[in-house]
Formats: sequence, C-alpha cells, structure tokens
Amino acid sequence: MPILRFFEKFGDISLYYVNQAGRMGIFLFVVIVNIIKFPYYKISHITKQIYIIGALSIFVIIFTGAFTGMVISLQGYNTLRKFSSEGLLGSAVALSLIRELGPVLTALMVTGRAGSAICAEIGIMRNSEQIDALECMAIDPHKYILAPKFIASVVSMPLLTAIFDVVGIFSGYMIGVGLLGANEGSFFSSMYKDVEFSDIYMGFVKSVCFGILVVWICSAKGYYVHMERRGGFGAEGVSRVTTSAVVLSSVLILVSDYFITSLLL
Amino acid sequence: MNPEPVIQLIDVQKRFGSQNVLKGVSLSIFEGKTTVVVGASGQGKSLIIKHILGLVKPDSGKVLVYGKDVNKIRKKELKEIRSNFGVLFQNAALFDSMTVFDNVALPLRERTRAKEGEIKTVVNEKLSLMELEGSNDKYPAQLSGGMRKRVGLARALVLNPKVVFFDEPTTGLDVALSNEMYRVFFRTQTKLSYTAVIVSHDVPKILKLADYVALMHNGVVQDCLSPEDFQTSDNPAIREFVQKTMGYIYESEQVEG
Repeated sequence: MPILRFFEKFGDISLYYVNQAGRMGIFLFVVIVNIIKFPYYKISHITKQIYIIGALSIFVIIFTGAFTGMVISLQGYNTLRKFSSEGLLGSAVALSLIRELGPVLTALMVTGRAGSAICAEIGIMRNSEQIDALECMAIDPHKYILAPKFIASVVSMPLLTAIFDVVGIFSGYMIGVGLLGANEGSFFSSMYKDVEFSDIYMGFVKSVCFGILVVWICSAKGYYVHMERRGGFGAEGVSRVTTSAVVLSSVLILVSDYFITSLLL
Repeated sequence: MNPEPVIQLIDVQKRFGSQNVLKGVSLSIFEGKTTVVVGASGQGKSLIIKHILGLVKPDSGKVLVYGKDVNKIRKKELKEIRSNFGVLFQNAALFDSMTVFDNVALPLRERTRAKEGEIKTVVNEKLSLMELEGSNDKYPAQLSGGMRKRVGLARALVLNPKVVFFDEPTTGLDVALSNEMYRVFFRTQTKLSYTAVIVSHDVPKILKLADYVALMHNGVVQDCLSPEDFQTSDNPAIREFVQKTMGYIYESEQVEG
C-alpha cells in the first residue's frame, strides 16, 4: 500500500537522522575527552593545524572584513544622515561588526575555506582506509587527526574574528571619514562611548562557539562519510558530504547566532 | 597436537542489509604459522580480517585474540591487542600527504618514545629490507603499485608485530611484482618469525607459502587444511575450487596436451 510505504520511508529517514545526530554527539564527546586525556599531543600537530585553519585564512578574512566595514559605513552614513546622526557612525560600524558580523562572517568564511578542506581530507582518509590503518596501528584517530584540528579551530576563530573586526572598523573609518566626510572625532568618540566590554565578550563567545561548530560538523561529516544514507563512496561521495557539511555548518552558525545573542543580551 | 590458537573466530555471523555475508565463520590461527584464506571475490575474506582487527563488529559469534573477545573488551585493551598487529591493506592505505619515510616512521613517532636518530635507523633498515632505498622522500602517488605495497609492509613491520595481516597482497600487481612480493614476505617472515594471515585469491602460488589453507565459500570457512590436504580434500566446495583454480585451462586433458 502506498500509504504504508510512505510511513515506512518516513520512519526510515527519521531513524537515519536521529542516528546521525546521536553519532555526531558521541563523536564530539569522544574528541573532547581525547583533548583532555593524557597523553597529550605534539605541539607541532597543533601549530600545523593553526597554520592551515588560521594563518592561511588571514588574507580572505582581511579582504572580506575590509569590504564589510566599507559597506556598513556607506549604508550607515546614508541612513544616519536622514536623522542628522552621522556622529554615531563609529559606534554603528563597531557594534555591528563586533557583536554580529565579525563572528558570523568569519565563521562562514572559515567554513568555506578550511571547513570544506577538513571534511574532504578526513572523508578521503576514511574512504582510502587511512583511518582504519591508524586504528590498526593502535593510534587513535580522534587524538591524532581530530583533536589538533579542534584545538586549532577554537584558537584560530577568535583571532580571525578580531582581525576581521579591526580591519572592518578601519575600512569603515576610511569610507565614512575619508570618503563621505563624517567627523573624525565623533566617529571615534561614539565608538569609545558605546562599545562596552559585554559587546567584545559576546563576539568572543560567538567566535569560540562557531569555532567548535565548524570543525565539529565538518570533521564528523568526513569521518562518517561511509555511513551516509545516499552512499559516501569514492570522489562523488566525498564531494557530496563536503557540500552537505558546508551547508549544515553555515545554517547552524546562523541558527546558533540567534540563540547565543538571545542568551547574552 | 596443535598448540593453542592465537586467534579464533567462533561462529561469526555478519549481515549487511539483506545480504548475509558471513553465515557462521569458524577459524583458528596458530602462532608462527601462515594461514591463507582463499575464495572467490565477494565471499567476505577481507571481512574476516576486519573482524579480527575489531574494525567490524559481528552480529553474533565470538572473535578471540589471545583468548580475549575483541568485541567485549575495553578500548584500551583493544588498543593493546592491536599493538601486536601489523596490517598490509589491499590498497596499502598509505598516508598520501606524507613521504615514504614519514609513513613508515609514523608508528614509531606516535607509539614509542624513540628519538629521531633511532627512528631514522629503524625506518631505513625496514626500507632496505623491502629494497626501497632511495625512496625516502617520495610521496605514495609517485610510487608504483608494487612499491606502495612494499612501503605498506615496511610500515606494518616497523614495530616488529607478532601477527601480520595481508589483505590481497598481490592484487593489481603483475606476475613479476607478485613474485617479488612473495619473496619479500618469505624474507621478512623468516627474519622476524611473525604469525601471518593472508587473504588472497592468487591460487596456486599462494599455497607454496601457506602452512594452512582455509576456503571461504557460501559465507562459511569450508575447512582449514595443510596445502597438501587442501588439494586432495574430499570436500565438494574445496574440490570444485581446486579444480577451477588449478585445473586445465582447456576443456579436456587431451587438448591441454
């Protein structure tokens, strides 16, 4: 009967996603335990990952940060001028970058640049039995491959966010003050007056959470590529799972952004 | 009388979806001996190795390694058991972003406190045993199939394991390279006296190296015999396998000449 087949299919898909959520939750737990547990990893593994996830993302972060600051300044100046409040441009640019756009856009850029690479790398390692080989050599892949990536992501994300914020504010200043003629003193004084420690704290908390989220989703998706419902085999399987990791990470960044904001406000 | 087996599979069953791959596999592996598991493709030969390594859990049955059930022990104990193993995977499973030297050095760097100087000595010794001198700085993608397998074997042997598993060691190699692989196996086993479990369909050549031969057919191990007994066995499945793999190529003996 078609109706029964529909429920069977629906149940099958639901079970798959419940399983996947559970699997990814356990995965996160095991990695965190491995991060804390002795023996600790070699510092060179972590610095290598900080270089890959963090240092190699700096250029794209500076570039996007600059243009984000510029467009906020442009939009903000024209909107504030309607209310004769151009003097608030500095605080508008700084607050929107520090509280929202900095952490969110940095996380999205890192997802696109480093998250996809993490997922593809681990997926290929899984498909070519490299992860099995590690296990057979009694080397825990959670400790050897995943823990350094998690630590690197949590360390890199706030630093990249800070770079994004600074570059964004500076480029906002260049456009607002240099190009559009806003008052330089008001730009800095409004920023100094309105930006509080709680704003910096919110941006920092968000960037740390996004750092965990990106590396968790991307590495778990790659790690379990062989358990994908539509088959995670070969190059096509890895490409499919990488796409879904990037989409899921991006969506979860935006969703969790709302909840973190509502908790911290 | 045979000594206690180091590895024992007892009535192991495994199903993937609707496909019942292992229907009650029982097999014993003895210390210092070479056990070869033969059978047609898709019979679940490699799956037996994955069960012994604890990479796949059986639906029912037991996998005992040194008397411990690998599916009922703690992760730490499983890690200890695995530290006695060396595995040569079907596709060698080398880390493609590492050089040959780093691939072979990895178990030493991660599992021992050996200094870089000692690591260099051991790795170079293992690579020369495989006749791979001068390949230290090459990446797996720059190697031929036979060289990749030999690097995989060097990595498997670098910690002097007690048991070494070979998953289709000669698949994808030409006759000369297959023979070279067998020579490397014979040389290393004589030197290091490890227990070997070989999954292969390279019959009859592989029988020369075996102490015991087991045939996987219809999801079960038909029998585990010495190579001589295997070739003269009355078991219909074994007889059919022997005839198919070692019999005449032409339809009658006369044509074969």
